[in-house]
Amino acid sequence: MTNVAVHVEGQQPSLHIHVHEALASGATHTKGQQHPIKLYLVVWGWLFVLSTCSYLVDFFGIHGYLRPSLILLFMVLKAGLIVAVFMHMAWERLALAYAILLPPVLVLVFVAIMVFESDYTHLLRVIFFAPTA
Amino acid sequence: MAETALTNTATSITRPEGWRGIAADWSSDQRAFKNVSWGKAMMWIFLLSDTFIFSCFLLSYMTARMSTTVPWPNPSEVFALTIGDKKIPLILIAIMTFILISSSGTMAMAVNFGYRRDRAKTAALMLATAAFGATFVGMQAFEWTKLIMEGVRPWGNPWGAPQFGSCFFMITGFHGTHVTIGVIFLIAIARKVWRGDFDVERRGFFTSRKGYYEIVEITGLYWHFVDLVWVFIFAFFYLW
Repeated sequence: MTNVAVHVEGQQPSLHIHVHEALASGATHTKGQQHPIKLYLVVWGWLFVLSTCSYLVDFFGIHGYLRPSLILLFMVLKAGLIVAVFMHMAWERLALAYAILLPPVLVLVFVAIMVFESDYTHLLRVIFFAPTA
Repeated sequence: MAETALTNTATSITRPEGWRGIAADWSSDQRAFKNVSWGKAMMWIFLLSDTFIFSCFLLSYMTARMSTTVPWPNPSEVFALTIGDKKIPLILIAIMTFILISSSGTMAMAVNFGYRRDRAKTAALMLATAAFGATFVGMQAFEWTKLIMEGVRPWGNPWGAPQFGSCFFMITGFHGTHVTIGVIFLIAIARKVWRGDFDVERRGFFTSRKGYYEIVEITGLYWHFVDLVWVFIFAFFYLW
C-alpha cells in the first residue's frame, strides 16, 4: 500500500505541470459543455408547454385510459428534456449515460412486484375486512 | 493528485463509440468515466442513489393507494384554490411547477456563463435560481399550512384514505428539504463565483483545494434533479 502511495506522490509534480499548462491555455474550460443559450431557451419553452398540457389534463377533467396515458407521456417528455439537455446527458460518454440511466429503469421491476402485492392486499381486505352492515 | 482528475484529461484519447466504447471504458483497468471529472461522476452517482430514495417513496405511495379499500381523496379538489369567486383546481401546484421549471432554465444558463468565465452573469443567474427555489419552498409552506388547517394529518384526513396525509407529508416534505438544501448550495457557490474564487484559484476553506467553474455545472446537476423529481411527484401524486 505504502509503495503505491509513494509512487503516486512521485508523479505529482509532472501532473501538476500538465494541469497548469492546460489551465493556462484555457483548453479545459472552453471544452466544458458549451452550447448556445438559444438551446436552453427553446427547452425552457417546451417544458412550459408540456407542463401546461399536463395541467390541462386535470383542468378539463379527462378520464379513462386517456388520462394516465397523457400524464405519463408529458412526464416522460419533460424528464427526458431535463436530463438530456439541462443535465447535459446527451453529450456525455455512453459509459456514464448507461451507468446512470439504466439502474432507475430497473425500478420498474419493483413497481411490477408492488402492483401484484397491493392487488393481493386489496383482495384480502375486501374479503376479510369489508365493513359488515 | 486530487487535481489530476478534475480536468477533462482524456478528451484527447480516441476511444470507440457505442457499445464497444462502453465495454472499452468499463474494462480499461482505470477509471470507467473517461472524460468525466470525479466531482461530476460522484454527483451523478449521488443523484442515482437519491433517485432510488424517491422511487421508494413513490412506490410506497402507489402501494398504499392501490391496496386501500377506502376512496382516495381527489387531489384536484384538495389542492384547489378559490381565487376571486372561482374555484380553480390545482392552481397553486401548477404555479409551483412553472416556478421550478423557470429556476431550471436560469440554472442552465448560469452553467453556460460559468464556462465562459462571466462572473457577474453566472452569480446573478445562480441567485435568481435560488430566489425561485426559495419562492417554491414558501409556496409549499403555504400549502402545508392550508392542509393542516383543514385537518390533514399523517394518520387521517376529512376526505378519505388516511394514508393520503402520510404520503403527502413524506413525499413533498422530502422534496422540499432537497429544494432548501439546493438553495443553500446555490447561494454558497454563487458567493464563491461572485468573489472570483475560480478565477484566482483560491483554495476552499474546508477542503483547501482549488475550485473550478465546473462546480457550477455540478450544482446545476443537483438543482435539475430537484426539478426532475418534481416532474414525477406532479404526475403521480397531484395529477393521477
